Amino acid sequence: MNSVLRTLKSNPITRSGKATAGAIILLVFIILALFPGLFARKSPTAEIYTRNLPASAQHLFGTTGLGQDVFAQAVYGTRDVLEIALGAGLASTLIAALIGVTAAYLGGWIENVLNLFTDIVLVIPLFPLLIVISAYMHNSSNGVMIAVLTFTGWSYTARQLRSQALSLKNRDFLAAAKVRGERAWYVIVVEILPTMSSLLVAAFLTNGLYDVLFASSLQFIGLGDPNSTAWGTMLYWAENNEALQAGYYLQAIVPGAAIALLGAAFALLNYAFDEIGNPALRRVPVTRRRVSFRIASRRLSRA
Amino acid sequence: MRYVLRRAGFFLLTLWAAVTLNFFLPRLMPGNPAVAMMAKFHGKINGQALTALETLFGVNTKESLPAQYVDYLHDLVTGNWGTSLTFFPSPVSEVIRTGIFWTLGLVGVTTILAFILGTWVGAIAAWRRGSLIDSIAPPLLVITSAIPYFWVGMMFILIFGLKLQWLPWSGGSSITDTPALTLSYIGDVLQHAILPSLALLITTIGGWTLTMRNNMVTTLAEDYVRMARAKGLKSSRIMIDYAARNAVLPNLTGFAMSLGFVVGGAILIEYVFNYPGVGYMLLQAVQNEDYPLMQALFLLITIAVLVAILLADIATAIFDPRTRSAR
Repeated sequence: MNSVLRTLKSNPITRSGKATAGAIILLVFIILALFPGLFARKSPTAEIYTRNLPASAQHLFGTTGLGQDVFAQAVYGTRDVLEIALGAGLASTLIAALIGVTAAYLGGWIENVLNLFTDIVLVIPLFPLLIVISAYMHNSSNGVMIAVLTFTGWSYTARQLRSQALSLKNRDFLAAAKVRGERAWYVIVVEILPTMSSLLVAAFLTNGLYDVLFASSLQFIGLGDPNSTAWGTMLYWAENNEALQAGYYLQAIVPGAAIALLGAAFALLNYAFDEIGNPALRRVPVTRRRVSFRIASRRLSRA
Repeated sequence: MRYVLRRAGFFLLTLWAAVTLNFFLPRLMPGNPAVAMMAKFHGKINGQALTALETLFGVNTKESLPAQYVDYLHDLVTGNWGTSLTFFPSPVSEVIRTGIFWTLGLVGVTTILAFILGTWVGAIAAWRRGSLIDSIAPPLLVITSAIPYFWVGMMFILIFGLKLQWLPWSGGSSITDTPALTLSYIGDVLQHAILPSLALLITTIGGWTLTMRNNMVTTLAEDYVRMARAKGLKSSRIMIDYAARNAVLPNLTGFAMSLGFVVGGAILIEYVFNYPGVGYMLLQAVQNEDYPLMQALFLLITIAVLVAILLADIATAIFDPRTRSAR
């Protein structure tokens, strides 16, 4: 028990309050997504209750304009949102890693072509492009949304990882692999990528955050699957129902707050990872610098 | 000079990529989605306008794909961007002209404000490491930047618009007001802009603050800052002229890019507040399956971003000698 506590204390993730908060929120959402039935007994889709009910013991967050239970929708919707965030976040980080590192490692004309491609994808405005593609697609299911978000969202990470890989290029362990006669893909996947794991995690967290926000935005304007109970889709129906004007506040507050909470979890984890990766950014007590100045000057005067 | 030429080449290449994307997207989708849209146009327009639309989307033409592509490029270059279905019978270019001013006013001003305020807070937070502002502002702003901005807008509507009734929350001005350069009209427009602008400000300021703080933390550790301290300069001068001035450089490119994103960046804020800008227009086009207007708006937004990036590149080449000597 003591040793567990000790490792928890020395582990940078649990030592940082921000990271702990982010990890706990994310964990709660993952449990909700895995076992929604444990927490919400009612069906999220059945339109069987009185419409637009306020909060009560029966309906914790009231009911929707179609007579569905808002609490059950929010709980079951977690799975949709996490599926998209994890799916698209992982896929785009992976593609970015492959393209970025391949460009850096191979060099030559392949690097030039891949860089140009990355830069072009990078500057084409993302959200309008997502809207245009989804508009042609008509009511994207989760799978389609993951594909679209992945296809458009890898470029920034690719650029980041490329510059990291460039800085590794002349290290001895890569030269050793080359001398051993390893193939390029082996060097990239087995030798280079593992050394960038903290950067990959940070990139995944950023991508996951943006995927949550973008997917919810697309669903909010009615470009998602209207029959799902994803949080963005819940907001879409709330807006259609004029929930704010009519006074059915919970229909709009609950899904939005859920998105904000999940987004905050990703952002907090990411912020903490920045601090772990770059110790200069960590919190310092105000007095420390002065103290060290004083110590330094005392040493000088003694010398 | 060579650097600027390279960037100009990149500008043209990206523009071509965006145009080509616009051309192929409807044609690649399962069952060309424009076919359904064209059905709505039948009986409404005829002759040249109809042919132009058919060229835009590849409906009913017997031409080969490459020939369609050449026609499409020709139509774009000559400013023949089709007819809007939503604002029938206005041509697309005319429709866009009315929306762009609202967007530039609302989102443009807010973006500049967010940059200035965010940079300022970030600089102070880094300067006073460990102080109250440094321990509260960054984590708080991390969280606000994770909230979907359209939802912040909805909550503002609920609190300040519906409950407290302090401010108007729908449209760019009152319907009863006629556009004129009178004080009452300008005041009315400003009042309508406050809520959407604040919602946008709160959700975008965090990014600037954090990057500025992190840059500034790095610059403060530089030798020239220590040198300035050793010379006994006033600390306000060290903070502004020595540290902040250098820390803000990497952010300037980001700022120029975000100015480009102004045109398409606040689509959902305009939607939530029924603000008559370009973003609201884009969503109306999407909802009415008005593909000509949608395509034109996407191109316009892309061009705005590209122009801003090109200008930023030229500015960097002027201000930072290192970019000129490199390559």
